[in-house]
Amino acid sequence: MRHIISVLMENESGALSRVSGLFSARGYNIESLTVAPTNDETLSRMTIVTNGDDRKIDQIEKHLNKLVDVAALQDITVAGHLEREVVLVKLHVEDDQVEALKRIAKGFNASLSDVSKNKFIVEMSGSCDKVDELLNSLSNGDIIEVARSGAIGLAAGEEALQVPA
Amino acid sequence: MCSFLTHFTDLLPSNFHEPSASKALPVVFCVFWLEILLISERYIRNDGDNVQLSGADIVVKSLKEEGVEYVFGYPGGAALHIYDAFHRQDDVEHILVRHEQGATHAADGYARSTGKAGVVLVTSGPGITNAITGIATAYMDSIPMVVLSGQVMKPLIGYDAFQEIDAVGISRPCVKHNFLIQDVNDIASTIKKAFQIATTGRPGPVLVDIPKDITAEVTEFLYPNELTLRSYKSTPPQAEPNEIFSAVEAILNAKQPVVYSGGGIVLANAQEPLRDFVRKLGFPCTNTLMGLGAYPHSDPNFIGMLGMHGTYEANMVMHEADLIIALGARFDDRITGTLDGFAPNAKILHVDIDPSVIDKNIKADIPIIADVKSVLELFNRELSRREKDINPELTKDWWAQIKQWQSLDSLWYEQDDTVIKPQFVVQKLHEITGGEAYVTSDVGQHQMYAAQFYGFSDTHRWINSGGLGTMGFGLPAAMGVKFAHRDADVACITGEGSIQMCIQELATCKQYNLPVKVINLNNRYLGMVRQWQEFTYEKRYSNSYMDSLPDFVALAEAYGHVGMMIEKPSDVEGALKEAFAMKDRLVFMDFITDQKENVYPMIESGKGHHEMRMRPGSKTLA
Repeated sequence: MRHIISVLMENESGALSRVSGLFSARGYNIESLTVAPTNDETLSRMTIVTNGDDRKIDQIEKHLNKLVDVAALQDITVAGHLEREVVLVKLHVEDDQVEALKRIAKGFNASLSDVSKNKFIVEMSGSCDKVDELLNSLSNGDIIEVARSGAIGLAAGEEALQVPA
Repeated sequence: MCSFLTHFTDLLPSNFHEPSASKALPVVFCVFWLEILLISERYIRNDGDNVQLSGADIVVKSLKEEGVEYVFGYPGGAALHIYDAFHRQDDVEHILVRHEQGATHAADGYARSTGKAGVVLVTSGPGITNAITGIATAYMDSIPMVVLSGQVMKPLIGYDAFQEIDAVGISRPCVKHNFLIQDVNDIASTIKKAFQIATTGRPGPVLVDIPKDITAEVTEFLYPNELTLRSYKSTPPQAEPNEIFSAVEAILNAKQPVVYSGGGIVLANAQEPLRDFVRKLGFPCTNTLMGLGAYPHSDPNFIGMLGMHGTYEANMVMHEADLIIALGARFDDRITGTLDGFAPNAKILHVDIDPSVIDKNIKADIPIIADVKSVLELFNRELSRREKDINPELTKDWWAQIKQWQSLDSLWYEQDDTVIKPQFVVQKLHEITGGEAYVTSDVGQHQMYAAQFYGFSDTHRWINSGGLGTMGFGLPAAMGVKFAHRDADVACITGEGSIQMCIQELATCKQYNLPVKVINLNNRYLGMVRQWQEFTYEKRYSNSYMDSLPDFVALAEAYGHVGMMIEKPSDVEGALKEAFAMKDRLVFMDFITDQKENVYPMIESGKGHHEMRMRPGSKTLA
């Protein structure tokens, strides 16, 4: 099963490699991993999308928690959550296909940038599934390149991921 | 003069820390020559009330503040300022080993025999890469260790400088944590953090990598008394009262219980409450390889070591148990055998300080994440309160069954008049040292013979590489033990394969007068490899025979020690007595042992606890 794990960690050099090293050393999958500082600049928030059965996810969480740089973590998929990923798709579009592309973009609430002659960048933010759907809709087109941000997310409830006092 | 250097670095171009190779090198060499000019005056400066010290002096003073007696190390370019700082003080003694792997194992042996953190100092590049095996050894067995490594100067990091390696990166998978210090002002607090992390919770090695230029800079020395780390809890989690109640309820109702205790008992110093616990209940107790000594070998409740070369009764007890009380043990693969059909009827009560150990290999029915000593004390308190509920009748049939398994005498071997049996040497060693020696071992058959036959009565006496299985561990570990316990007998049980992996440390033993006794069980084979080849590879002994062995007696003498070769069983006792009577000499005893001897009993790969391979000719159950 797919899980999104949010991690608050010390914003120090090497922290990212500790996490990625942990996953590779123990053979855990990483579907995506994003990291950036939070409003507290001493902390980074990392979002890891991984998959595995309950036992594997339990081990992943325990091993992440063991890392000295990790201050707190939460599996936000356990309860309701909001998940977002940003995708940028650059396409080559012939003049007679531009209208079709605009329709697709509108349908996905995506924005379209005209970057050069017959080249467009479609930009959308949505759940990872939604991103997959968009890419599927565009798959008949002449896709030049795709950049996905990987998922970020927040749990829906009142609780927030915080460093324990 | 001394402030001139710090001013000089201020005058460097602002891009100095990200130099292009062509610009940086002349600047760096300039700094190097200035260092030589200034070093004599720079290391200490008094600005009114503030004591100003060089980074190198701060390193050594920080170690003193931590109460460090010995640092095991080997010098090299990037660590030279620190070595210079060692030269101008007497508080912390530096022990010069002959190879960095030896330094780590010696610090490890010191740590295992004292419970204190072992400390290592190495230089950059090959210094730290040589130390990695020893760091990983400590990591796998959760041994507290602080490793200080020199690093090339900060401006050179990342430029493939001479003896540069990414120490933090290369050590990351085998340390509890590591640091690269970026600022002289962080040295003291980082060393404090390193000791705190290494010695609390589930212990482990911590690496502190220190660029050379930082050790030359000067700042005020302030050693913090206490540090709170936001993302690391130094205090272990505590058991909840209801966890204790439900565990004790299960304990009191068990009909076929077993206490399975591991290295965590040793690390937590929980042997006394463990003994109280087992005796109060009258339960059978087995120890892992790492936990030997936690429960005395001679006690009737002790059923021997469990696992791949454990006793038949210990493994059968695990298989047939209805309650496994796992204390500071991690159900590793050498303990469990195949996980299919593992202890089919057992409820698992698992106590460990590390949450990741719980449910890793075996799902726990009653998990308790806490310091095992505190949990045992709570168990004992609750058991005292419920003393009338302890019913020895419940386990009477269980003990009858255990006695039957014990009657097979699964460790038996046939004594021989002409060729020395390795087990016999270990048994005689126990007799001659009164079972009180510190025994280190290397890895292989001799390690198993030592574990099976020495008979430990106390913790911190049996010192071996259990998790990583590092050949070469025994001799340097024995040096570390000897530094910690000058008057005690320290024996290193080894084989002719393992001993050659760190034999250079015989020179260290000479330099520091460490009268370790080396018991070399020499069967001219990599014995455990040969045994597996006999059992599973149809006796195709691929590369397990050791040709061209050195003359160990001559070798020991060349290093300035006493060498003995013992070939006859009748000479074993006399030789050991003679060797241990030489209190002030290292004696290397080369016992020429049976080449065909195997370690029995054995759970072979893919087999379970109840499927042990017994020595041919063993008794069978009626």
